[in-house]
Amino acid sequence: MDILVKGDKLRKYFQVGPKRLLHAVDDVDVEIPRGTTLGVVGESGCGKSTLARVVLGLIPKTGGKLYFDGRDLDTLTKKEKAEYRRQMQIIFQDPYSSLDPRMSVYESIAEPLDMNHVFSKKAEKLDYIMELMERVGLAARFINAYPHEMDGGRRQRVCIARALALNPQFIVCDEPVSALDVSIQAQILNLLMDMQDSTGLTYMFITHDMSVVKHISNEIMVMYLGQCVERAPSKELFENPLHPYTQALLSAVPKPVINRMSNTEILRGEVSNPINPPVGCRFAPRCKFCTEACTQKNFELADQGNRHSVACRLFDQA
Amino acid sequence: MKKTTGSADGAQVMRKKKSRFKEIWGRFKKNKSAIVGLVLFSIILLMVIFADVLAPYSASIEPNIPARLQGPSAEHIMGTDSFGRDIFARLVHGSRNSLLVGIGAVFIGMIVGGILGAVSGYYGGKVDNIIVRITDMVMCIPMMLLVLTLVAALGSSLMNVLLAMMISNIPGYTRVVRSAVLTVVDQDYIEAAHSCGTPNRWIIFKHIIPNAIGPIIVQTTMSIGSMILNAAAISFLGMGIQPPTPEWGAMLNEARNFMIQCPYMVFFPGAAIGITALGLNLMGDGLRDALDPKLKD
Repeated sequence: MDILVKGDKLRKYFQVGPKRLLHAVDDVDVEIPRGTTLGVVGESGCGKSTLARVVLGLIPKTGGKLYFDGRDLDTLTKKEKAEYRRQMQIIFQDPYSSLDPRMSVYESIAEPLDMNHVFSKKAEKLDYIMELMERVGLAARFINAYPHEMDGGRRQRVCIARALALNPQFIVCDEPVSALDVSIQAQILNLLMDMQDSTGLTYMFITHDMSVVKHISNEIMVMYLGQCVERAPSKELFENPLHPYTQALLSAVPKPVINRMSNTEILRGEVSNPINPPVGCRFAPRCKFCTEACTQKNFELADQGNRHSVACRLFDQA
Repeated sequence: MKKTTGSADGAQVMRKKKSRFKEIWGRFKKNKSAIVGLVLFSIILLMVIFADVLAPYSASIEPNIPARLQGPSAEHIMGTDSFGRDIFARLVHGSRNSLLVGIGAVFIGMIVGGILGAVSGYYGGKVDNIIVRITDMVMCIPMMLLVLTLVAALGSSLMNVLLAMMISNIPGYTRVVRSAVLTVVDQDYIEAAHSCGTPNRWIIFKHIIPNAIGPIIVQTTMSIGSMILNAAAISFLGMGIQPPTPEWGAMLNEARNFMIQCPYMVFFPGAAIGITALGLNLMGDGLRDALDPKLKD
């Protein structure tokens, strides 16, 4: 399998006080084959976005190795890094704050092109921008519009066009549809999937919406408090969730069934403190299967067959 | 004619329709009070440029004791001062010094303070700490004291006063710009710019400063009037611009003793400072609104 993005024990800690380390991302392995989508799910504050920024190199990582197209990104020179920078782009959650309010659509899309000196002729650049706008389904009349003149869906299309401008191989989508209403969500998701079909893009798709992630991902990674607790191909995860947290997460997805008996599993308690977390399973305080053994040691992801792995005492072979 | 694709052709027309400058000017001229401000300030500027045409410089400095303290008349349209000098001539020639000090001190202060503030707000961390602590220290010193100390050390001349006032202006701008930058810096579009490889200095000039410009313009236009008065206070204390060189603030000071008997002596230089400040304020507010595409119509 051709792995495009590979992260090995990625780690990001934030110093929040003397001897107080916030473990935002803790020893997470990422592997995304070329042309596929890795969905990353988890509740707010579990480190999804931090992981995305670490993978993109937007914030320095505390530990771990990052490979892009087989090359260790730490060993690159500054110039080579800039080259790789072009290959990785990001689409943000909030299309209201991810576009400069003082820049027109043209200027926003032109920025990455200008900064990388892609075009020397203005007319060529304009043609290319028009073509990009067409690809993302944005009418040509918006070329001089400002962000405040457009709705969320159109803004998100501008963001996508901007991310596509440099012809990247890898795009991180940081909850790209959670700020949009449902009909627009579907349009944007379909657009992203069409792009993947036509150009072989690789996505890392971050969301807290299980139905969205099911729709778009090849493989899904479930995060809890900075750690990856379960990883499986999309279908496998939805049919056979193993980790108690994943089960709770899936049972919380609203199902459009009338008069069904509610068997939603309600998680009690709150997410425990990510600052200097104690040894053991981080989900233990909220887990109904929790025993003393859960807090004795850390649990690694253990392979369960079918490319399905989970980090839980119940499935720990060791 | 060369053939182009339909959509691109349409886009050419669309792009041509408005350049950035025309767009801003279009919004600026819709704002009536901004235009009033522009007219007022233009009058002052014309006075600066054509001072020698309007009145001979000698009339503004040579005393003419027999004609002292005369009210406005056909010969002296704004009257004469306690040395018999023509107030109109002094006003016209004083505009050069006053505007140089007022605008010069503010603009240089704005540029230096603005860059320091932007750097401090944008980079944060140690750089921010160092810059903020130093500006705090400088801000603790009363402005007048700082200016007097600097002028005393450097020697009293117009340029040294200007320099001293610039320095005393820097910390205020640093703080204003820094706080404006902090509201912009963690927006997602800054991160998006990082991820498309935009260098830091470019992010500061293309994203941060345009989005933080509002408070900067307001601070600038508000302080020009008070800078002119500060320059007057400095010359009153015997530093800076020396009599008989005409300067608006200095004229106000001289007129102080005759305020009851000859109110026109206070009125005209006061009005000149007022008009300059008002014009700049109105213009600044209009400019701030015109630069913001959200307030288009």
